[in-house]
Amino acid sequence: MDIIGKGVTRKDAWEKVTGQAIYTGDHKETKILHVKKVISPYGHANIKNIDITKAEKVAGVRAIITGGNLPLTGEEIRDRYPIAQDKVRYHGEVVALVVADTPKQAKFAADSIQVIYEPLPVINSPIDAINPKYPLLHPDLDTYKKISEVFPEPGTNIANRTKIRKGDIKKGWQESDIIVEEKFSFSPSDHVAMETRCSLAEIRADNKVVISSSSQAPFMIKRLISDYFGVEIGNVIVNTPLVGGAFGGKASVQLELLAYIASKAVNGRLVIVENSREEDILTSPCHIGLDATVKLGCTKSGLLKIAEMTYLWDGGAYADKATDLSRAGAVDCTGPYNIENIWCDSLCMYTNHPYASPYRGFAHSEVLFAFERTMDSLSKKLGIDPLELREMNAILPGNSTPTQVQLNSSTVGNLPKCISELKKKMNWEEGQLVKINDNTIRAKGIACVWKTSTIDTNAGSGVILTFNPDGSVNVISGVIEIGTGTKTVLAQIVSEKLKMDIDHVKVQMEVNTQSTPEHWKTVASRATLMAGRAAIQAAEDALLQIKQLASIVLRAPVEDIDLGQERVYLRGDPEIGIPFNQLVYGYKYPDGSAIGGQIIGRGQYTIPHITNLDPETGAGKPGPEWTVGAQGVEVEYDINEYTYKIVRAISVIDAGKVLNQKTAEGQIMGAMSMGLAFGGRETFYFDNFGRVLNPQFRTYRPLRYGENPEYICEFVNTPQLDAPYGARGLGEHGLLGMPAALGNCLSLAAGIPLNQLPLIPELIWRGKKGSRL
Amino acid sequence: MLSYNFEYYKPKSIKEAIEQYQTSKSQDKKPLYYGGGTEILTLGRLNYIYTDAIIDLKGIPECKEFGFQNNELVIGSTLSLSVFEENKVFPLLTNTSKEVADYSSRNSITIGGNICGQIFYREAVLPFLLSDSTVIIAGPSGVKKFLINEIFNKELRLDEGEFLVQIGTEKEYLKAPYLSVKKRKQWDTGYPLLTVAALKKDGIIRFAFSGVCPYPFRSIQMEKILNDKKLSYKDRVLASFEYLPSPILNDIEGSDGYRLFVLENTLSNILSYLGGEELE
Amino acid sequence: MNRYPTNQRFTINLEINKEWYEIDILASDILLDVLRDKIGLTGAKPGCLNGDCGACTVIVNNQPIKSCLMLAIEAIDTEILTIEGLKDTPIQRAFVEHFAFQCGYCTSGFILICQALLLNDNNPSPEKIKTWLSSNICRCTGYKEIEESIRSVINNIKNQSIK
Repeated sequence: MDIIGKGVTRKDAWEKVTGQAIYTGDHKETKILHVKKVISPYGHANIKNIDITKAEKVAGVRAIITGGNLPLTGEEIRDRYPIAQDKVRYHGEVVALVVADTPKQAKFAADSIQVIYEPLPVINSPIDAINPKYPLLHPDLDTYKKISEVFPEPGTNIANRTKIRKGDIKKGWQESDIIVEEKFSFSPSDHVAMETRCSLAEIRADNKVVISSSSQAPFMIKRLISDYFGVEIGNVIVNTPLVGGAFGGKASVQLELLAYIASKAVNGRLVIVENSREEDILTSPCHIGLDATVKLGCTKSGLLKIAEMTYLWDGGAYADKATDLSRAGAVDCTGPYNIENIWCDSLCMYTNHPYASPYRGFAHSEVLFAFERTMDSLSKKLGIDPLELREMNAILPGNSTPTQVQLNSSTVGNLPKCISELKKKMNWEEGQLVKINDNTIRAKGIACVWKTSTIDTNAGSGVILTFNPDGSVNVISGVIEIGTGTKTVLAQIVSEKLKMDIDHVKVQMEVNTQSTPEHWKTVASRATLMAGRAAIQAAEDALLQIKQLASIVLRAPVEDIDLGQERVYLRGDPEIGIPFNQLVYGYKYPDGSAIGGQIIGRGQYTIPHITNLDPETGAGKPGPEWTVGAQGVEVEYDINEYTYKIVRAISVIDAGKVLNQKTAEGQIMGAMSMGLAFGGRETFYFDNFGRVLNPQFRTYRPLRYGENPEYICEFVNTPQLDAPYGARGLGEHGLLGMPAALGNCLSLAAGIPLNQLPLIPELIWRGKKGSRL
Repeated sequence: MLSYNFEYYKPKSIKEAIEQYQTSKSQDKKPLYYGGGTEILTLGRLNYIYTDAIIDLKGIPECKEFGFQNNELVIGSTLSLSVFEENKVFPLLTNTSKEVADYSSRNSITIGGNICGQIFYREAVLPFLLSDSTVIIAGPSGVKKFLINEIFNKELRLDEGEFLVQIGTEKEYLKAPYLSVKKRKQWDTGYPLLTVAALKKDGIIRFAFSGVCPYPFRSIQMEKILNDKKLSYKDRVLASFEYLPSPILNDIEGSDGYRLFVLENTLSNILSYLGGEELE
Repeated sequence: MNRYPTNQRFTINLEINKEWYEIDILASDILLDVLRDKIGLTGAKPGCLNGDCGACTVIVNNQPIKSCLMLAIEAIDTEILTIEGLKDTPIQRAFVEHFAFQCGYCTSGFILICQALLLNDNNPSPEKIKTWLSSNICRCTGYKEIEESIRSVINNIKNQSIK
């Protein structure tokens, strides 16, 4: 293998360092109309009146759209009007749209719309949401259209309940000598991708709906626009250029609907809807919050016997993907351990918060924070080293998951090996607490992680390869380049398969749903597996065609034809051969006659044997494999001021096989950075009206340069047999254990349990003060 | 992007600026003096600030002054904060101002803008409060000089049509022992949880605060107690809290109780750093 | 006094990347919008429009400026450098070699603040690098790759020009 595993330069490198990379909002045509939103300033309120008279008079205004006459939308439960009707249920919800010639005019008019609200009592947490004393946010829950895999409970604020019932609970408790129970809570937060979401729409005279969007899911946009608005699906064309960061937040379909509605209001003219940063944080879907209770039982020697969990997800005002998140949180409701008896109820709760979309890790970092913190409590109670406890209980081939999938070494990686590597990297023998000076200690915390994907059972991915007259090849895939470098990895795969110089493999970065084969959604760390498999198949398909043509030209059986250095030749006599460039556009004989034509390679992949979950027990196979890992964090903690600096963050991930060393490390480090910011700083602060008090980077603060720790990435290679070269998904996994490891680290350093996020010094101060009283 | 438009004037003298202000005013417009523009542009886009006419002070020579006149360091109000990062002639100012926002923003934020702005931290004023600086203020009634401690009460008390031209600080304060400490909610970026600047003059440590209350302040009463050598550091700090103005900030950066905890630690650290004998 | 007293559009001339542009603007237009929408230089990105993220950073008179915090009218008589004005510079090559970008959206701003720092100081201390570079946000990387990029340029600076 020449090219697999190498730190191959990214195919998007030069356009990105020269400013030439084009994102959705960079397409500005002169005839475009601009859309600005009016958004709710309250978390929950009746809309008493909307006065648009002033706005209508603003020069350049072409349309003003308020709620009513719009379909209910939502991926799993159709509970949301794209523009609020009669009622708003979260701060930032869209109340009206203004379409105007210039952005200034649109904004000025939007600012002149006067809305009278009647504030209603607010549900500010999932715990309140489940309390019958609080208001019912969706009284019509029983009438909403929904998919069959979601289980809302009308008459309550429960949008979905997923049950995990594995083994025998009674037996589990009977066999347990040691029991711990802990409660956890954290509010929603945000992805804050650097590019705010942006969509353009145009409805053409031939009924074609052409949308451009900064999205992870252009093919889902195509389906949903068709479903919601009754547009023939083949008439919906979605373009997605490069996307400026996504992290799950761009997997939800929202602005596209607004753009469609706005375009329709101006006779199909091209319109652009661009989120301001504040709207991107408030209006567009956020990162889910959670209230959790975890109860664990084990034997005296530390063998886990039972896990009982209740997860109350803060799904926000509308279900959309939050119900799916609550399902994923049930699928991997424990850490990566062999536990025979598991009971879990995972409930997606309606609250008056911004609604949730996927967020890197898809409910796993959230569950793991609760679970892995409880594991540390258990280890403390047992007096067993926390890594030893985890090693003892590590899930192994032959064990089964909470949804009762029997694992083998292909479907689950090697967690014990990850743990032993982590011990080395963290100098674990030295101890978890090291005194630096009178005021400062260094503390180490760890967490083990796992994740599978929970994508649609029939989600597929296709790749087309076309050739250029010089013999070079174009890779066309529906994977979105959101920053992960996956399309470069696809190029490496094609390069490897065709034994072709990587520079001769060209990648189409943009996706057009009419001409690009579908990749379901660029989510769930699934692109390398699915598009990778499709790329291999496409390369083999192309190769076969090339060989067949060569067999005619070279007058030899196909089996005798080999390839290398961009030519095909007879394996018995390599001197007899033809370069690619004489074949891939068909072969032309000396007399001018030709045979064959442009080679087009086709590949498609759908993960086999994925099933829905049994509604009563949760049994079912949600994903093809589990990536496992062990992670650690080291901080320097000030024992007087409760402040700390994260000095090192370590990830040991069983990647199966690393296809591009540099992009893989980049994914792990970036994910660790995000996880540490989520664990240590990022959260929404709500007031009594359900208003988010920090919807700007001034007050919502991701890590900045120099706040980051030293990162250490280590990979274990236990191949997933059906994946390209054995590579497992890893785009999310660096994030998964960071909040938990940080929580474990600081709980140890401070000597008090820290079960909330973010882990700010004030939280520690509160805990310390409480423990003194 | 602002949803409204405004007129833009860039006067070349103090007189022109004041006249333009009066003219705009007489046309029923709402003029605003403009330094770096960072607040006008960012609060303006959210409609927290409205203006019909911008009067940009960056063309006025006096506002760009930076150097010594007689025994005084003179700082023009439109100098950007980043200027003091390179030029460390007033180290306490360097130290305090380099914690405001971030570097490239400090290229835009002016010292006058930071002191006169709506965002209430106004950290750049702390060194001047401690060094008994003077301010030159221009307005319809002429150009006047004030002691900053007389005219700065929570904010610079400017009358309609007035603007800050210069700040003057006597040389003897520039080299005095100092310490400026900014504490944040978490790690190294963001608004202050609180900022305490301290300067030691004639054996007495002076203290000025930002982020403790919704305005910056210097408290003579607190200074008295904090310098009371009869008391231990801890006792001085706790006793000085009697004289904290109100309200103590209680917001998303931190609760009032937590702020007091951090303030206690910070003041103790400053006291031990800047000396002053501690009672055993 | 320079007066732009009307409420209407007027014409200004700006020097950007050593070329002159004649542009119609309103007094309240920020430099970022003018660069992107009037001149088509879309390398500077509207990450927040609030001076907080640095994605719109350009170099004005050798200093990094957030172009959302500057009126276009204030840029008269200045020299503006945008990412489009950088051609195959050491810092760009370093970003490519060190994988110092992922989604690419913050990249123009990060490269320009690095370039501005190098123009002002060819051997900045780690503390100074932190002070300057913490003006910008990158959500994808963990910053290690960006740090490696600027350090590699500093280490090679004696052998090459940074322009």
